[in-house]
Order: sequence, then C-alpha cells, then structure tokens
Amino acid sequence: MDDNQEILEQAAKWKAEGHGVAVATVVTTWGSSPRPVGSKLVVNEANEFLGSVSGGCVEGAVIGEAQQSIVDGKPRLLSFGITNEQAWDVGLACGGKVQIFVERAE
Amino acid sequence: MKLQYLERALAASRDGKPSAIATHLTSGLQSLIEGTEIEGNLEIDITLKAGIQSALADDRSNTIETSSGNIFVEVFNPKLRCFIVGAVHIAQPLSRMFAELDYQVTVIDPRTAWATDARFPQIELSTEWPDEALQRLKPDKRSAIITLTHDPKLDDPGLIEALKSPAFYIGALGSRKTHGSRLKRLEENGFNQQELSRIRGPVGLNIGAISPAEIAISILGEVTAVLHADRIKVREPT
Repeated sequence: MDDNQEILEQAAKWKAEGHGVAVATVVTTWGSSPRPVGSKLVVNEANEFLGSVSGGCVEGAVIGEAQQSIVDGKPRLLSFGITNEQAWDVGLACGGKVQIFVERAE
Repeated sequence: MKLQYLERALAASRDGKPSAIATHLTSGLQSLIEGTEIEGNLEIDITLKAGIQSALADDRSNTIETSSGNIFVEVFNPKLRCFIVGAVHIAQPLSRMFAELDYQVTVIDPRTAWATDARFPQIELSTEWPDEALQRLKPDKRSAIITLTHDPKLDDPGLIEALKSPAFYIGALGSRKTHGSRLKRLEENGFNQQELSRIRGPVGLNIGAISPAEIAISILGEVTAVLHADRIKVREPT
C-alpha cells in the first residue's frame, strides 16, 4: 500500500477514537538525507507513531514537537543537520540536512 | 493538516488525476489544488499557481519561496505505470517487483495459457494483442514498457506502440543479435535511428544476471536509473 495512504488511515482512525494527532512532513532536504521530500510521520498524544521522516535519527525530537502542536494547534518548522546546534544530540548521522513541518491533523 | 485534503488528493491520484496540497510553512494555511479547483484558506496567486504546475509536471514536491513566505507544495500524481509484454517466466518476478515499487503493473499476452491469474496473482492481465492493449491503456511519460516474449509477432507491435508514446522507458529482452534484427525490422516500419535509440536492448543493467529474478532486478535498476537520471547527474563525487 502507498505510504501516504497508510498515514492517512492511521490518522483518521486515531481521530475517530478521540486522539489528538499531528503529522510531520519532510519539506526540504540537502545532501544525503535518508528520507525524500514528502515523507510523513503521524503521531498521537500517547506517543504512538507510524511512518518516518529520517532513518530514525530525529524522530524523537519531531515527536516531542508534535506533542506541542497537538496541544497548542500551532504548526512548527524544524531544521536538523550538521549546521544545527542540535547536531551533537539529535543530528543526522548521514551528514545531510532536513527541514520538517509539523502540524496538527484536523 | 486537513486530513480530508490528503484523502481527496490520494483519491484523485487513484483516479489518474494529478493534485497538490500547498501549505504555508509559517502560518500553516493550506489549500488543495485539484485541476482548476482550489479549496482552502491559503490564497494561491498566479506565481504560486505556476510553481504548482511545474512541480506537478516535474513530479517533484518542493518548497516555493514567495513574497509572503515559504510554501510547501506536495504533489500527488497518479502512480507510475508499467506495461510488460509477455507473460513469460521473467514477467513473474518482474511484475511483483514493479508492484513493490508502487507501479501500477499490467502484463499483456494474448496467449491465454501464459497470462493466467494463477501465474500472476494480484497482477492486472490483458489478453489483447500488445498493440491493441497499449492503444487502449495509452502509456504516458510516467510509463515504462518492456517486451519479454522474444517473438517478433508479439514484441514488435508492442514496441511500435511504445515508440509512438512518450513513455520514459522502453526495453526489449533479447541478445545483441536479436536486438540488431529487431531494429532492422522496426526501421522498415518507418522509425529512424534516433527514435529507435529509445529502445534499451539488451534490456537492463549489466550485472551478470542469470535467473529470472536477477534479470528482473537488472531491468528495475535500469528503469529506476532512467527515471531518476537527473539525480544521478547532480550527485557529487564522494
């Protein structure tokens, strides 16, 4: 099945069950980032998630920001990569850079 | 993200229609663009509309800089399609692997003993003649066409239709010698050298493939390399 279809179905299912849900999407990449533009991760307020926006390097940080989005409804644009000050803890091991947009699912 | 926009974009692409979702990366304002119809709270001006059209044409989601900020345009095109002429042994792993790569696959073979659901579970089959099938299915620039039968009376009509189409990949199984005589026959059908150079024969990357599955991998590798040719060129040496 198409990745986006799985993301949609999971998001819709969680919403129907009354969960708060956020969607993270890779919107820009530079260099050898592990997941292409358009890759998505869906997460609920209980920290359950499906999909990926990197090879596993930044998912933890993205899920944390997604929790904030679920609470305040505001979107967030996150940047990860070797030039980012966060590189030493949650940066990409592949040396690429990536921008991820996080928004609450409505 | 409005889930109903994602749902409608995915439904449109299943129906063979391109669509896009545009999202303002600061405010989160969002609109769905489906043909000439636009729905949502993000205003789409002429410049952005042109950007969306070229993103759809390039089949590439990207971020567009506008005077009011950055806008992410996510493209939802119909699936890539693959037409395999010849329900032969190689077609079995090849059709499965294409499906795994999320292509919409059709195996074409008028020999009903070969084109059976038992041999090709969950793969769309056509028992029309290859030229008739391709005239009906209308391959476009997001299509790959591969002939596998070795039999000129099946392969040639398929290749003739393939050459008339804008398909991004055309491949024909067979040795160099077979391919040489094939090109000669097609030339007699009125195709010039430049047109004939679109046919990749012997088909696939040279990886020393022997088994049907290995040959399938060499074909898939070549199709992918042609599809992403622009990415290969821009890759920096490491």
